[in-house]
Amino acid sequence: MFESPIREPLILGHKTYSQITTDLVSPILGRTSWKWYVTTAITAAAMFAGFAAIAYTIWVGIGTWGLNKTVGWAFDITNFVFWIGIGHAGTLISAILLLFRQRWRMAINRAAEAMTIFAVICAGLFPIIHMGRPWLVFWFLPIPNTHGSLWVNFNSPLLWDVFAISTYFTISLLFWYTGLIPDLAMVRDRARPGSFAHILYSILSFGWTGSAKQWQRFEAVSLVLAGLSTPLVLSVHSIVSFDFATSILPGWHTTIFPPYFVAGAIFSGFGMVLTLMIITREALDLKDYITLEHIDAMAKVTLATGMMVGFAYATEFFIAWYSGSYWERYIFLNRAFGPYWWAYWIMVSCNLLIPQVFWIKKLRRSPWFVFIISIFVNIGMWFERFVIIVTSLHRDFLTSSWRMYKPTWVEVTILIGSFGLFLTLYMLFARFFPVIAAAETKSILKTSGDQYAGLSWEAYQAQKRAGVLGSVLQPAHHPDNPSQP
Amino acid sequence: MAKYLIGLYADEEQLLAGVEALQKASIPIHEVCTPFPVHGLDQLLHLKKSRLPDAAFVYGALGTLTALSMQIYMYTIDWPINIGGKSFLPFPSFIPVTFELTVLFSGVLMFLSYLAVNRLYPGKRARIYDPRQTDDRMVVAIAAEPYWQKAQAVFEKTGATEIKIVEV
Repeated sequence: MFESPIREPLILGHKTYSQITTDLVSPILGRTSWKWYVTTAITAAAMFAGFAAIAYTIWVGIGTWGLNKTVGWAFDITNFVFWIGIGHAGTLISAILLLFRQRWRMAINRAAEAMTIFAVICAGLFPIIHMGRPWLVFWFLPIPNTHGSLWVNFNSPLLWDVFAISTYFTISLLFWYTGLIPDLAMVRDRARPGSFAHILYSILSFGWTGSAKQWQRFEAVSLVLAGLSTPLVLSVHSIVSFDFATSILPGWHTTIFPPYFVAGAIFSGFGMVLTLMIITREALDLKDYITLEHIDAMAKVTLATGMMVGFAYATEFFIAWYSGSYWERYIFLNRAFGPYWWAYWIMVSCNLLIPQVFWIKKLRRSPWFVFIISIFVNIGMWFERFVIIVTSLHRDFLTSSWRMYKPTWVEVTILIGSFGLFLTLYMLFARFFPVIAAAETKSILKTSGDQYAGLSWEAYQAQKRAGVLGSVLQPAHHPDNPSQP
Repeated sequence: MAKYLIGLYADEEQLLAGVEALQKASIPIHEVCTPFPVHGLDQLLHLKKSRLPDAAFVYGALGTLTALSMQIYMYTIDWPINIGGKSFLPFPSFIPVTFELTVLFSGVLMFLSYLAVNRLYPGKRARIYDPRQTDDRMVVAIAAEPYWQKAQAVFEKTGATEIKIVEV
């Protein structure tokens, strides 16, 4: 627990409750900086370029992509798996770390959950546009129809994906919004009555007052949603990995895929959370809340999951050799030393080798250094999916149909557009919603604020006499306090 | 519009002491509003345990049943398809969708129940005693006018930062 004196406090700057409110509300109700407009204009431009490329794809057809008879899945599914993976850190931080009572999650859970939702929106685009005829997307759904009562195929992992991803999106959204309601009420009560902001946040905060009964139910619902989200997040990427693992293709049909994909998803998600949170804490001046301790903790998770992914790479190679399957062995040698060797080695360097620098504490606590490494993680995890998909496909069972795959400008623009969509949504979120869970942060102030955390009993008494604390609180580790060991 | 005597506390320890003192003086407390969840307050106010988690279980079970009956109806009863002689009732294949729908039903219906029992809906006018109750003050509201004088004394003694009568 973070109450022990050897741990660093989670909230710096001797904050009071009302300072937390002010720090989080002032960017929302205050004036928008020109930097926000410039950044949002750039991300929105990328987003619209992507939409244009999607429209072009739908108008002309999938032939505008670099796919061929042999490589039928490439950029589209790579992007899909990449974005789904990005989403996983949010649920991990908010649900799994909640169940493990990790308090450091509170500074980052709101933004990470928002990233989950936006990433799933980006991911959801790709299965739809890669069908070629997206207006028939409702064929995914098990609804009564006139095709001779033809139902969907419940044996297919692609159908399981439809259920998994729509459930994941819905539950993440509800979890996120449950936590947002009290904080939106906080913004509402700071806005001038009658102003547009007051009306807007009144509607959004659903009439929250913060009565004891409401909070009791809030905590019950949060805990159950966390309990539901934990197996859900593990199931989503497991099912995504079934898309590959249930096939008969060498390099895909491996039983290691579900845990390997989940570890990779958390790894890439933390990469993206680090990238955006390091910028957010600078831009919105939240360094007292998203402290070096937080960046340190996230870097450690990145290191651990990166090595899990690295271990999976090694296991795949070992099993390819140990299985004695000629085709399996060929595919893996081809991945590392075949025509796409460069993609494979980008993946290994970015995911396994470069994060090893996080063994050094000083580097974990250097925000700009961590930022650069997190970019490498993002690149590496994109290439991981590219390697898995394209290298397994491009040399199929028939030598005469071996083909190389090269993306066209349409596919690249759609990828850039998906980043634009993700970042534009994030910019809107950072502008109009409290990026840190304010109520939760207030609830841990007395145990994790720097003026309280890690005080010795003597220091506490001295501060209390001097009137610095002004509170009747007992320090958590006081020897007379029986509730704490 | 009703009138309330409210006491504002700046610290949760003082709030808990204040609520306890009010209860000792048998003053009926109308409501306590706090900017963040205060631990121990629900026991102190003798609030009944929320039954939402139980409801979530029932909703989840409903999702399981819906998913299984839907898949069995579509795949086994309504239009069985012979795929290389494989089973018309491939139970393991039904598990992923069943799991997802269990979670979906449980989560969505519990969220809706949560809004319903809390009477929360978009655009509802918030009955706020003091704007600072979502900022840094914990509000104890006393509705019954005959107790106001006694309550005021308790508020003063337990360190309320502000005591006033408001119309909500």
